[in-house]
Amino acid sequence: MTPALRCVGLRQKFGDTVAVDGLDLEVERGEVFGLLGPNGAGKTTTIRMITTLLPAPPGAIQVMGRDVARQRTAVRRLIGYVPQQLSADGTLTGRENVALFARLYDVPRAARAAQVAAVLDAMDLTEVADRPSKTYSGGMVRRLELAQALVSAPQLLILDEPTVGLDPVARDGVWDRIAAIRAATGMTVLVTTHAMQEADEHCERVALMHRGRIRAQGSPGELKDALGPDATLDDVFRHHTGNALTGDNENGGMRDVRAARRTARRVG
Amino acid sequence: MSALPVAPPAASAETEPGPLALARTVASRVATTCLVELQKLRHDRTELVTRAVQPALWLLVFGQVFTRIRAIPTGSTPYLDFLAPGILAQSALFIAIFYGIQIIWERDAGVLAKLLVTPTPRIALVGAKAFAAGVRAVAQAVVVLVLALILGVHLETNPFKIILLVVALLLGSAFFCCLSITIAGLVLSRDRLMGIGQAITMPLFFASNALYPVELMPGWLQVINHINPLSYEVEALRGLLVGTSARLPLDFGVLFASAAVMIAIASALLPRLARG
Repeated sequence: MTPALRCVGLRQKFGDTVAVDGLDLEVERGEVFGLLGPNGAGKTTTIRMITTLLPAPPGAIQVMGRDVARQRTAVRRLIGYVPQQLSADGTLTGRENVALFARLYDVPRAARAAQVAAVLDAMDLTEVADRPSKTYSGGMVRRLELAQALVSAPQLLILDEPTVGLDPVARDGVWDRIAAIRAATGMTVLVTTHAMQEADEHCERVALMHRGRIRAQGSPGELKDALGPDATLDDVFRHHTGNALTGDNENGGMRDVRAARRTARRVG
Repeated sequence: MSALPVAPPAASAETEPGPLALARTVASRVATTCLVELQKLRHDRTELVTRAVQPALWLLVFGQVFTRIRAIPTGSTPYLDFLAPGILAQSALFIAIFYGIQIIWERDAGVLAKLLVTPTPRIALVGAKAFAAGVRAVAQAVVVLVLALILGVHLETNPFKIILLVVALLLGSAFFCCLSITIAGLVLSRDRLMGIGQAITMPLFFASNALYPVELMPGWLQVINHINPLSYEVEALRGLLVGTSARLPLDFGVLFASAAVMIAIASALLPRLARG
């Protein structure tokens, strides 16, 4: 069986800056895979190429065996995507927000209402579904966005920094939902984060990314064991890159930083 | 947790959609986006009221004063009747021009990325935005027309003409919405777009036949008037609403062609805007 995601020699340059530099990556079907690294590591650029937002050369990225460059529309139907920013429309109710994406993914009219209700229920939002989403807490908006991404029954769920700006309780809530989704559907989940502890707890495999390249990959346990007893994922990252994860923001794009701050502001 | 949908998406296209499938998708996305605009209007009607202030001032103050002083000769048509369709077009223009700013906000908020990841061709996304602007313009038009009726403007009530009026507003709004998205795709920043938007909106309005007949314009302004789609929109609205002479086939032809060209240009610039 083909992997859920395969990237081969992926590259992306912006002017003289190399954002992604020969990235090779394979995500197996049904796993929760974490792409880890600080701001500017190239995670978001990689995600933007996988999700067809940035062009990729033919053969460089395959999603469920489909070439992202040649079968864009087919790939888009297989993907559910939650961007880093809180992007639900505050004017619309939770139900309307999800129904919009059901229509955009061509969920058949006969199944639409039931499918919208099911994902809202799965995200514990049924009681507030008919309230404008601007009245939701940050954690609720994140769950609403998960519902939007899930309503089309995607095979690969891509989450870009899903817990940025959330308090610990809301963060746990989001991770619990991600685990429940995976258990209920067998869906593959690709998540980017720079929160090593969260990745350690919730991802089955991770890839450590630094300056556009994968420096190490494996299960968190394997990576830590390889370094020695009591090692943390932070230690693993430092070992492979010579940098502390939280200290190297020099390559972080202004837009990434701004997006993270905006999200943090919106969730309070 | 209730059962999540797990079936693979229906009708998964393995190849890129052909022209027929593309047309179906465009129609479906336009309908979806128009529905969302109506839902937003239903939740927040204050915008309808606040946006009505400016056209109300033009009709109440400018229109009534210039009707009394008879400074602008409009033949047998009272000046307020002449002005009302111009203000209707102006109100639609102001709404549509806002969509470029909105799409930059959507880019910064991650909404545009989320939309672009759906199986929706770029041209369908832009077409949907264009007609969503038209829906808002039509909703606003109802407010302006009621105000015009209260002020004693004699309006046509022929249903066929009303339908054509809606079509003219939709096409005009689609053009200006896509012009604004095109500029957004070129300048990429909200601040720059706001500056350019302000710089072009009033000149577009003044270089049209919205406030005065073309014959009163100096030669150079008449040239600009002839290449300004707003003039064709105003001429069509005026002919349909108050019965002045209009070249409706030409007006609708220009509006349709300019909207189609501008949708194509804005669609081509959308990926640049998303990357910017």
